[in-house]
Amino acid sequence: MSEDLHEFALTVNGVTHDLAVPARRLLSDALRHDLGLTGTHVGCEHGVCGACTVLLDGRPVRSCLMFAVTAQGAEVTTVEGLANDDDSLGPVQQAFAECHGLQCGFCTPGFLTTITAGLRDNPTPTHEQARDMIAGNLCRCTGYQNIVKAVERAAELSGEQR
Amino acid sequence: MTTKLMGQPVQRTEDQRLLRGRGRYADDVAVSPGTLHCAVLRSPHAHARIVDIDVSGVLDVDGVHAVWTYDDLTGPMAEPLPLLIPHPALTEGRTQYALAKDRVNYVGEAIAFVVADDRYLAEDAVGRIEVAYDLLPPVVGIDAARAAEHLVHDDVPGNVAARMEQATGDVEAAMAKAPHTLTLDLTVERSACTPLEGRGTVARWDPDTDRLQVWTSTQTSTGVRAVVAAKLGLDLGQVDVVTPDVGGGFGVKINHPWPEELLVPLAARALGRTVKFTEDRREHFISSAHERGQVQHVEVGFDDDGRLLALDVRFWHDHGAYIPYGLIVPIITSTQLLGPYKPEVYRVVFESLYTNTVMVTPYRGAGRPQGCYAMERTMDAIAGFLGKDRTEVRAANFIQPDEFPYDQGLIFQDGRELEYDSGDYPAMLEKIKALVGWDDFPAYQQEMAAQGRRVGIGLACYVEGTGVGPYEGAHVHIETSGKVKVATGLTTQGQGHQTAFAQLVADTLGCRFEDVEVVTGDTRRMPYAVGTFASRAAVMSGSAIHLAALRAREKVLRIAADALEAAEDDLEINDGVVSVKGNPLDGGAVIDLGTVAVLSNPLRYAFDEKSRVATQFTVGDPGKPPVAEDDEPGLEGKDFYSPERSTFASGMHAVIVETDPDTAEISILKYAVVHDCGRLINPMIVEGQIHGGVAQGVGGALYERMAYDESGQLLNASFMDFLMPYVTEVPDGIDIDHLETPSPLNPLGIKGAGEAGVIPSAAVFASAISDAEGFALTAMPISPSDLFTLRQEHS
Repeated sequence: MSEDLHEFALTVNGVTHDLAVPARRLLSDALRHDLGLTGTHVGCEHGVCGACTVLLDGRPVRSCLMFAVTAQGAEVTTVEGLANDDDSLGPVQQAFAECHGLQCGFCTPGFLTTITAGLRDNPTPTHEQARDMIAGNLCRCTGYQNIVKAVERAAELSGEQR
Repeated sequence: MTTKLMGQPVQRTEDQRLLRGRGRYADDVAVSPGTLHCAVLRSPHAHARIVDIDVSGVLDVDGVHAVWTYDDLTGPMAEPLPLLIPHPALTEGRTQYALAKDRVNYVGEAIAFVVADDRYLAEDAVGRIEVAYDLLPPVVGIDAARAAEHLVHDDVPGNVAARMEQATGDVEAAMAKAPHTLTLDLTVERSACTPLEGRGTVARWDPDTDRLQVWTSTQTSTGVRAVVAAKLGLDLGQVDVVTPDVGGGFGVKINHPWPEELLVPLAARALGRTVKFTEDRREHFISSAHERGQVQHVEVGFDDDGRLLALDVRFWHDHGAYIPYGLIVPIITSTQLLGPYKPEVYRVVFESLYTNTVMVTPYRGAGRPQGCYAMERTMDAIAGFLGKDRTEVRAANFIQPDEFPYDQGLIFQDGRELEYDSGDYPAMLEKIKALVGWDDFPAYQQEMAAQGRRVGIGLACYVEGTGVGPYEGAHVHIETSGKVKVATGLTTQGQGHQTAFAQLVADTLGCRFEDVEVVTGDTRRMPYAVGTFASRAAVMSGSAIHLAALRAREKVLRIAADALEAAEDDLEINDGVVSVKGNPLDGGAVIDLGTVAVLSNPLRYAFDEKSRVATQFTVGDPGKPPVAEDDEPGLEGKDFYSPERSTFASGMHAVIVETDPDTAEISILKYAVVHDCGRLINPMIVEGQIHGGVAQGVGGALYERMAYDESGQLLNASFMDFLMPYVTEVPDGIDIDHLETPSPLNPLGIKGAGEAGVIPSAAVFASAISDAEGFALTAMPISPSDLFTLRQEHS
């Protein structure tokens, strides 16, 4: 029993990779194990925790609920693609550092990608909107208090950069 | 002058890599096409005899490298897994095999182990293994275990692993004399740690050096190292265990070895390949560990002021199918139940019971939430009986500030006396009352009632033994670059140790914070260590690091005094530069730590600038050996900290809830915490720990339960069905106030903080919801439908 491989190009953080993977290979596994981009984490493999969230053409998606082959032709952004060009922290990352928005850091990449997309849609969220923005991601360490603060701080930092 | 960093909210250094996606968790190690992956066949039945296992359909599958069952295990690997913490009361301790021998005792128990090119193929192979079972009647829940109609283990009568009793006097006589008595029957259901990262282990065998390298997501590297060596028949010196970044622990990862922690290294050695196991979410629910499930019976005798004259507690603790971690959880419940109070006489008896469910090992709080719940429900019941304010009854029973050290007359989890070192409970009560607005609440409650809204306020107090021994150590090495490399053996799973410990080193040594690098959980760097549990890391490794940095400092000053021709007492170290006190840095004689490091080593190849600078100084006596008899080369400090006993942190939580009169939905209007963990190293990190604990507590009180059916199937083994709180379920803001009563037991006066936030949750929510509803809750967690049913029963 050997599996048929599908050859395709996958663009991640602006770099195009040639991949040959079985049809059933999850996007999360392809990113992590085939491309070595281990910043995307897998917390549940059933789409609930949000740790594996990446941006697909700018929209947040659960990479554990997608086959890698279906990302063909799309632009994938992972946590590794959120830093500035000079490798300094992007605004959402910087806000997490300032607000102590992470402890073990395992769920963090999914929050960072989700909030990056959320602030693009709504650059000046109210407090309630900041809470709503992260309401689909699980964190077991922080109790979310400082993640909400980080959303609000990231909005400030993004505003300063514009 | 270097600013002291102790007590400062220093931003975490570890965040720089974690935020860039450069963390290294177990599954991130050895990401390469050559790494082999494992999957485990797990029992679908809660209780069965294994009649036959047929693996013949697996071996010829492309990409499968090994399939093992119990029959493939030999020597120590074929013996049951260790019982880590024996106790004289634990007369019937049973542990599982790495792979089930001839019986399975819970859904999820490992039966066969497959190694393949990737996890997909390994799971395919697992699906092809055929097992014939002879089903046995399962024992599920405490009532079934106590009834003992069926036995989990044939040779354990009554399903009782242990019965333990402690008493501080004649409780029956005291009860008989008490003016008032009450009886309470209480239950707490199971929950679990559920870190976002499950278990994971990677192993690589190096045939060139005959050594095994293991990375594992654990709370104890040294424990795993010792057991891997013992089980695989290796010398300790052949095994290195590194704990990489860990995606949350909360207790579950202190248990060891998990079957996979042995099978992965075994496969790596047998196959000569790097082998990895990464647990999936369903596996974490059914094959790691749970906690909390207890049934409690409290009898209490008290006077007109609510003072506890006799407290008599019996409880039944469900520890699941096996008991590898011994009696730690129920012993903690039985002792920490007393909280800040001093009953005249206390007796506690517990039975630890086998059931055909996932085993129980410590989960953040480790038995304390259940103890706090029993005690605080009792306090509320006394207040209700006497018609007194709930805070008054508590205040009447507090240990007073001038009574420390206070011996509760019991033996704690570490085998030492339960002796509280310090605290100020009356001051703490005043703080929590002010923070939550306790005295103003009755008026608010009336005002809300007039609008048809139900609100209630609750309070719960606890004392937490933290920083249990026996020891931790630390090694501080000042390199010739001036960089300070620090190692401590316990592990890190999100507590910010790299930052907090570097703060301590910078303060003690006088170096720059940026120059300190802290490594945890690497047995190559610190082979003697215990682990991260029981809120012990700051107390134990923090103290050890402080002591080790002091040793390094002593040596720095000795060498620098020689080099600068000054007295040691006249020297100071600031920002990594040693100078004579009062002398200007630009004009006076100075020497930096890197240069002192060069001087500390008589072998001085001038391969860098530091060495060339150092040659201007002359140290040592030319008439004596280059390394004196009582000295050693290098600029290092190493020390261990081993306290007499635990140090006791404390706290009080208060919550205001609203319950919907129609839907019984429970909303949190305000949550307040007063917390005393002695001196704070980094208040930002401490508050983060409290936030996380409170959220976990909200989950445990209002949402999370392990839903087993009568056949022992866990019905909610996914994040779809096990309701962990999202941001929408936690309070929007947590008011925190600190009280600092330094511990006299360690040099920095610190107490542990990690578990505190979760301890009083079930108690405080039960108190508040009871206040809102007008009847006393006796079972937690509570869902809106539970509350709805209770309303009907009470109407």
